[in-house]
Amino acid sequence: MSVPSVPIPKNLDPESQEEDYVHNVYNEIASHFSQTRYKPWPIVEKFLNDREDYSIGLDVGCGNGKYLGVNKKLFIVGTDRSSGLIECANEISGGCYNLGVADGLSLPHQEGRFDFAISIAVVHHFATAERRVQAISHILSKIRSGGEVLIYCWALEQEKSRRGYKEGDEQDILIPWVLAKKSPKKIKERKGKNDVADPEVKAKQEESHSDTEKDETIFRFYHLYKKGELSEDAVRTGVCTIVKEGYEKDNWWVIVQKN
Amino acid sequence: MKFLTTNFVKCAVKGCQSSTESFPLKYSDCQLVQEEQEYNPEFLVHMLERLDWNAVIQVARDLGNDSLPPTKPDSLDPIMEEDQAVLKDLHTLLVETQIVEGRMTCNNCQHVYHIKNSIPNFLLPPHLC
Repeated sequence: MSVPSVPIPKNLDPESQEEDYVHNVYNEIASHFSQTRYKPWPIVEKFLNDREDYSIGLDVGCGNGKYLGVNKKLFIVGTDRSSGLIECANEISGGCYNLGVADGLSLPHQEGRFDFAISIAVVHHFATAERRVQAISHILSKIRSGGEVLIYCWALEQEKSRRGYKEGDEQDILIPWVLAKKSPKKIKERKGKNDVADPEVKAKQEESHSDTEKDETIFRFYHLYKKGELSEDAVRTGVCTIVKEGYEKDNWWVIVQKN
Repeated sequence: MKFLTTNFVKCAVKGCQSSTESFPLKYSDCQLVQEEQEYNPEFLVHMLERLDWNAVIQVARDLGNDSLPPTKPDSLDPIMEEDQAVLKDLHTLLVETQIVEGRMTCNNCQHVYHIKNSIPNFLLPPHLC
């Protein structure tokens, strides 16, 4: 059983769209989401292992912190907009990670201080192209000249995968997350024309209701990046050059160097 | 929040981005715990090079520690016995000192951030975003 994705209603205010369809969602699904995020993606792992020993960096949108311990010879400050996910990261690491709750457009770091940054599966959550470029630009502002940033976003072209999005499809969509509820809510007594008199039928209906009430579907906003679009957004910041770009596991990625 | 982290965070308000007053933050009403962490002298020696030592001194003072030397210890060698003691002390201070609860105030705009359950929160109210 899978719940289909749906297009996002048009003309929402970008900030409230991000609040409703990104920030609130991650806090609600944090612990469930965290359990599914433990395997590092190869490109990210390679980027981190390619850094010079004892470099200092940022992980913007670090989620449960799965990349913070990949290379023990790096110092990384991980931030996320979701306090729920940062709590997961803090718990997983036993207080060993350097963490904070912060907004990607208002990062609490000095300009030009860091050698590198990663932002994995984050920028695609911003509501407009302008804000996505702004997010990349803001990360770059924290990096020293010559430092590198890896950005990773969900791709529109994922025909072979479960969801099957492809070129030409709607790029701004709501992706369902099915949250299994531990304790099903009591069904409210319904009065009126749907009321069923027969106690046997009623009992059956209640039974099937309580099954479906165990799950709740919550929608997250994504902008699915099409080929070439991510590096275009990075170039639009006007402060970096493309080092390398590619496609991995339904995602587009780009490594940029700050001018 | 590890003591070490305080050297890499500042006020998130746009207007404070280029202000030197917004780093480090001023730490007050802090509850500290010592939490044992793996001792890695090599890592410390290299981190030391990247630390803003004045900020280390300032935050240590906020937390009631006036004993740091005014200049950054340099060219420490983990093999030398004398240096080992310094590195151990730095490990205790920077890596094992956790701020569990507390307030962080920007010296430029006076905005107050909070640390709860060891996690600093830098989210801004809408009028400061």
